Amino acid sequence: MPEPGRQVAFRGGGFAPTPRRWVGFAVFAALILLAEWGTRSGVISALTLPRPSDVILTFQELYASGLLFKHLGPSLSRLVIGAVLGVTVGIGIGLMMGLFSYIRAGLVPLVAAIFPIPKIALLPLFVIWFGIDEGSKYALIAFGTFTPTVVATYAAVDNVDRTLIRMGQSFGLSWVSILRKIVLPGAMPGILAGLRISLAIAIILLVAAEMLGAEYGIGAYILEAGALYDLERLFAGVVILSVLGVLVSALIGVIEKHLLGWRS
Amino acid sequence: MHLADVGHHYGAREVLRDITLDIPEGQIVCVVGPSGCGKSTLLRLMGGLERPDAGAVIQRGETPPGCLNALTYIFQDFALLPWRTVAGNVSLVLEDHAMPSPERRARIADVLARTRLSDFADALPRQLSGGMKQRVAIARALVVNPAVMLMDEPLSALDSQTRELLMDDLVGLWTRTPFTAVYVTHNLAEAVRLGHRIVVLSRRPGEIREIVELAMPLERRGYGDATLERAQQHLWGMMRDEAAAADAELIDA
Repeated sequence: MPEPGRQVAFRGGGFAPTPRRWVGFAVFAALILLAEWGTRSGVISALTLPRPSDVILTFQELYASGLLFKHLGPSLSRLVIGAVLGVTVGIGIGLMMGLFSYIRAGLVPLVAAIFPIPKIALLPLFVIWFGIDEGSKYALIAFGTFTPTVVATYAAVDNVDRTLIRMGQSFGLSWVSILRKIVLPGAMPGILAGLRISLAIAIILLVAAEMLGAEYGIGAYILEAGALYDLERLFAGVVILSVLGVLVSALIGVIEKHLLGWRS
Repeated sequence: MHLADVGHHYGAREVLRDITLDIPEGQIVCVVGPSGCGKSTLLRLMGGLERPDAGAVIQRGETPPGCLNALTYIFQDFALLPWRTVAGNVSLVLEDHAMPSPERRARIADVLARTRLSDFADALPRQLSGGMKQRVAIARALVVNPAVMLMDEPLSALDSQTRELLMDDLVGLWTRTPFTAVYVTHNLAEAVRLGHRIVVLSRRPGEIREIVELAMPLERRGYGDATLERAQQHLWGMMRDEAAAADAELIDA
């Protein structure tokens, strides 16, 4: 026999996203299928959007002709060298700003002043300073990744638990030990979060630099395709960039898993 | 260890005044007082984390053999590195001292055994309960073989059952190898269980009101013991009004 009275209604659900693995892929696939169906049936005209299957064909041609790696090679090396330069200097200066009052006081306004400058606008200047070839591209990417890395790093150093630093001091740990074993690992989550942003910016700047003056490179390839209104090739280039972005993000994911395994 | 006329200010506010205190070797000195009376400040002054405005903190006698850090803290919030395992956290404080790695390993194994943590050497702090975390912090403090342990409300972040267990642990550790400690707490039950002498501080500016000596050996003090109960009553009688006044105070006043 049921108890008299009403059952208490459940109202504690929601507001707690849980991982759903394949939904992301499903959204991608659905959009591509929709474009394919639209272009084949004529709902979407060929001038508005290229047919996805044509883009894949173009991609195959690109790969077969060997041009893919001719474009990808220089792009990747520019990206890697520029980003490594910018991120290294950024983390170094960010740490110093996090640790030393004078350096912080001196550099915070400077960083605030150069952060909002669209770095692409400085490319002509970089061409004069570092030369028309690779130097200016490295500098542009390095400069673009430097500012977000600096800001993320010194904010991350600020967020390191002071009681842990106090603990290190109370045990007589050396300054270098405290920096290496307490401050740096403590700031790592923030630094890696900043890295996600700065590497995305690096890809954008890479393309911009290559559009302004490069024989080979994904940016040059896209620019050429755009000038000819060859939408299939344009999209093939864009897809390469997207894949590059996803790969960089996955790479940081792997680094996070490795370095931040101590977080739950 | 000896404190001579120690006084301290934060800005215009005087927090400690004329504290003269002896910490005899091999004893646990408990410091109790209402909140905001400068107990923790006193402890920071003792360990050199802050500089006294007046007076001096003097360390007397030789440090014990094998001592790597004479004045060693145990913090209320454990202060464990979340990215290091239990053994790694203990190892951290040895890494700045040159010693052959077999000796380092032996030292770590020894303190983990004494704190009954040997089975958890490879666990990360997030996997541990609060009581276990504080045991790790105690192990980390013991590994440097300190002359004086400075304990800042070490059990305050724990629930009362865990607190009882850890008090038994501390008594056990002390009985096997007596250590010198200053134990700051607002919990009078802890003070009468662990203190050979109990220093009562007054409300801000903190001054010593009374020093209560408890002769009963630590290992004979049990939960709910009548003598301890009386001592606790006595302490509470002394502190009650001040605690009430401190409670009613505005923090920024």
